[in-house]
Amino acid sequence: MQKLLMLGDEAIAQGALDAGLSGIYAYPGTPSTEITEFVQKSSYAREHGIHSAWSANEKTAMEAALGMSYAGKRAMACMKHVGLNVAADPFINSAITGANGGLIVVAADDPSMHSSQNEQDSRFFGKFALIPILEPSNQQEAYDMVRYGFDFSEKYSVPVLLRITTRLAHSRAGVVRGEMKPQNEFHLPSDLRQFVLLPVIAKKRYKRLLGNHAHFIRESDESPFNTYIDGKDKSMGILVCGLGYNYLMENYPGGEVPYPVLKIGQYPLPKKMVQKLADECDEILVVEDGYPMVEELLKGYLGTGLKIKGRLDGTIPCDGELNPNILALALGMEDTFGFPVPDLVVGRPPKLCDGCPHIDSYHALNEALSTLPKGRVFSDIGCYTLGALKPYEAINSCVDMGASITMAKGAADAGMVPSVAVIGDSTFTHSGMTGLLDAVTEKSPITVLILDNATTAMTGGQDSAASGKLVEICKGLGVEEEHIRVMRPLRKYHAENVQAIKEELVYPGVSVIVPTRECIVSVDKRMREKFKNKQTEA
Amino acid sequence: MKKDIILAGVGGQGILSIAAVIGYAALEQGMFLKQSEVHGMSQRGGDVISNLRISHEPIASDLIPFGQADIILAVEPLESLRYLPYLSRHGWLISSSVPLKNIPDYPEIEEVLDAIMGIPNHLLMDADTMAKEAGSVKAANMVVLGAATPYLGMEYNLIEDAVRFLFGKKGEKVLEMNLLALRAGHAFALGQVKS
Repeated sequence: MQKLLMLGDEAIAQGALDAGLSGIYAYPGTPSTEITEFVQKSSYAREHGIHSAWSANEKTAMEAALGMSYAGKRAMACMKHVGLNVAADPFINSAITGANGGLIVVAADDPSMHSSQNEQDSRFFGKFALIPILEPSNQQEAYDMVRYGFDFSEKYSVPVLLRITTRLAHSRAGVVRGEMKPQNEFHLPSDLRQFVLLPVIAKKRYKRLLGNHAHFIRESDESPFNTYIDGKDKSMGILVCGLGYNYLMENYPGGEVPYPVLKIGQYPLPKKMVQKLADECDEILVVEDGYPMVEELLKGYLGTGLKIKGRLDGTIPCDGELNPNILALALGMEDTFGFPVPDLVVGRPPKLCDGCPHIDSYHALNEALSTLPKGRVFSDIGCYTLGALKPYEAINSCVDMGASITMAKGAADAGMVPSVAVIGDSTFTHSGMTGLLDAVTEKSPITVLILDNATTAMTGGQDSAASGKLVEICKGLGVEEEHIRVMRPLRKYHAENVQAIKEELVYPGVSVIVPTRECIVSVDKRMREKFKNKQTEA
Repeated sequence: MKKDIILAGVGGQGILSIAAVIGYAALEQGMFLKQSEVHGMSQRGGDVISNLRISHEPIASDLIPFGQADIILAVEPLESLRYLPYLSRHGWLISSSVPLKNIPDYPEIEEVLDAIMGIPNHLLMDADTMAKEAGSVKAANMVVLGAATPYLGMEYNLIEDAVRFLFGKKGEKVLEMNLLALRAGHAFALGQVKS
């Protein structure tokens, strides 16, 4: 069959479509966004009624996917690693309820923090929930694992976690597709109380999950994604997870590694294979693109057993993404280097686009706050986080989705009045609304700017659930109507915008200001589409 | 045949189009390919890099090891220097000489160009002017791609075919402009080899 050139994300989406997916649920987040976008753009998905609209956040996505699984259909929930924190509650509990239709959760980790606030390793969530984890080393495996994962999920009635990293998500390579499966027929679980996690039922379900653990280990030992490759030199064995395998092999151009290699793509760890590696080799090098999860497990806290090398003993750096050079050094090979970077090379950080509405909002906010001591603006996750950098230096926090409003409230509780929150429209509907309700309930003296650019801009302009509804939502949450102010963030309205912000800053209760102007990138995209259509018509 | 190529520039300069053209030509040859890109926040006017690897043998890593890139292909001179640790001792640095100054502390352009000229194998061209002559400054990426064609290890015609395939959908005018830009870069590189 013909090889298709696909991003890792696209391979996952194609794998799901070919495996009889009925619905994908997600909130945009780099590097996971393109999985859902692929399904949204697929004419096959449209023709077959496969759900692909964005969810409000990762928790609602995870729950909807679980509901679809309950109804017997195959469902997938996709998110970036920190999104799994948001979805953690339904995710962990889905291990107890189990699945009916196949259920795969994709978590896209971001070691080296290319576009994230931490580099947490989602495999810990899989281990925490006691569910099997699949970790592909290339785009073909990503495709194959989705198909395998759905079958596995239905065989054991358990959700499966597919863990990828940025490098795989955003790298292209050839993929060969398999046969297409039809969607599952609608069918309910045979036990209609399976999903009722009352303690009396949850206890039974939990025992069942624990009982399956031995089967999961056996499956891992028999899995096509875990391979033991023998080597002559037993002075060391190499246990390598996911993408690490590619970086290892890059250092052996002939493809022959002198040491025994255990390539891991499925967890829990295959016990027989790990035992064999430990029995045959004097020491083990553990290679993981993430936290030292396997390394810690094999080493034990006191490190008195097997001799294990990896991130914990400094053989591999503690943080950051792996690469071929890190592996070369870990293998005792010579490092390679090209030319040094000249000292004159300065950084070129991302910045707000020319014409971005956030620029005008920040100029107005900065001026309105200019007479007050600095350090009172809490912000959130989005393009507007770039307002922390020069020349704006307008914000003092960026922690997690929605934290701007609640942190401003907490600081106000501590006596910092006024406290200001700056949040985007999509982030607000993701996780800001509940925090605003807290502030309204206590009449906290905070001023909230909801920057409405009518899109989820930073991840590439996805639909925003908030579009056109922000004022009504705020009213509904109990914000007083006279303290909800909509403004146009344009230079010509600067003076009146500053004045409006100043007025709300002195109000000793919750104020919401909504600077409303479409993202310049999405305006540009819309205009180009319009122009293109006109040309085709003509 | 195996080529490791670092593509560098600033978000919006058409790095991924260059990758798509070379990638398409390589696939048409039945070659293996791995191409790692940058998505997300960096695309907002920040520095952008893509690792493009093509080979007749299977490729292991998505990332090029340091000191192993055959070519650094850049649409912006400062960006061409950022990834020098990747460039092989025998590799080529091929870059536009036209700076994109969207940062306040952009270094003196003469110093940037001097640093490029300190690399044994380099090709520097005023890609913007050449692209303008071809029809639009937007085709500067095709100029630098054209200049790289003698070093890609495949016939020039294959690259032109790939441009035809990828830009053909965008209309005759856009295609013609990109082809002219590609040819200008190609001619420039050949002229440099002869002189």
